[in-house]
Amino acid sequence: MPLRWQVDTAARMTEMQTISTESPDDSWEVAGHSFTSRLIVGTGKYKDFAQNAAAVEAAGAEIVTVAVRRVNVSDPNQPVLMDYIDPKKVTYLPNTAGCFTAEDAIRTLRLAREAGGWDLVKLEVLGEAKTLYPNMVETIRACEVLAKEGFKPMVYCTDDPIAAKQLEEAGAVAIMPLGAPIGSGLGIQNQVTIRLIVEGANVPVLVDAGVGTASDAAVAMELGCDGVLMNTAIAEAKDPIRMARAMKLAVQAGREAYLSGRMGRRKYADPSSPLAGLI
Amino acid sequence: MNQPISLIVNGDPRRTSATTIAGLVRELGLKPEKVAVEHNGEIAPRSTLEDVALSDGDQLEIVHFVGGG
Repeated sequence: MPLRWQVDTAARMTEMQTISTESPDDSWEVAGHSFTSRLIVGTGKYKDFAQNAAAVEAAGAEIVTVAVRRVNVSDPNQPVLMDYIDPKKVTYLPNTAGCFTAEDAIRTLRLAREAGGWDLVKLEVLGEAKTLYPNMVETIRACEVLAKEGFKPMVYCTDDPIAAKQLEEAGAVAIMPLGAPIGSGLGIQNQVTIRLIVEGANVPVLVDAGVGTASDAAVAMELGCDGVLMNTAIAEAKDPIRMARAMKLAVQAGREAYLSGRMGRRKYADPSSPLAGLI
Repeated sequence: MNQPISLIVNGDPRRTSATTIAGLVRELGLKPEKVAVEHNGEIAPRSTLEDVALSDGDQLEIVHFVGGG
């Protein structure tokens, strides 16, 4: 039974006429949309919209998550996100941050679709404020309703391989397990379950939440994930633009390493230099 | 001259002489193409904003996209 990385690499090799030092086309698809960048970034916690826009550019992101909130009716001329990050150039992915019930999440995404016209959305239904851990019962319920209404939900979830399959059956177009709690920066806490989800999924898998630094993003990609979604890791870095660049490189590096088929692990040493001819 | 009516907009009471949702949105200084509106718990499709009449006591939620993770 071939491993998933072998299948992925073989598919790419048959597309290439010659072995090349350039990366072949490694785009990915979600709900019929094709993207080159495997890094999705959020738009929260930045110093200002200008810094946010610069970070999105440095990250090379083609998708950004956005929240849906009440307009400030007492100050309607406040600058808005759309003035800095053009929704015609970058895909806006509305989220349901702050929703603790399926009803709230569904209501929020119906409004988001009305405001933007997009079907591709991010669904998250949280269980409690302290940990922001997903409430999977409500999440699956919301996913079913949204899928029936024609939405294409990319779903934030626990790193539970069975919940991931249930979400796929409920109509999720992407599975987005957390690596660690939102905003924690603790990195991928359970590589085993993330790998199991990747192996069992028929839709793209992206680690969403918990990435803190570049190596975390690379680890996610080395596990076979199709992409990584992050916000705080970039926004709260001391130099967000530089970190955005680091993340772009990390996602690319992790992906290349995955497609290269890493060496096996050994319990002990195996010398790289020959034993014969020692003086 | 229209009689002003009382509405709840984004959780706060408001008096308006607008007769349609689009009129209210403009009165608030907003652009209809950048917001979405919920009228008494139901999405008001953008194509209908000029046609949907407001009544005294209506509840509206007007939202837009902001930064988020």
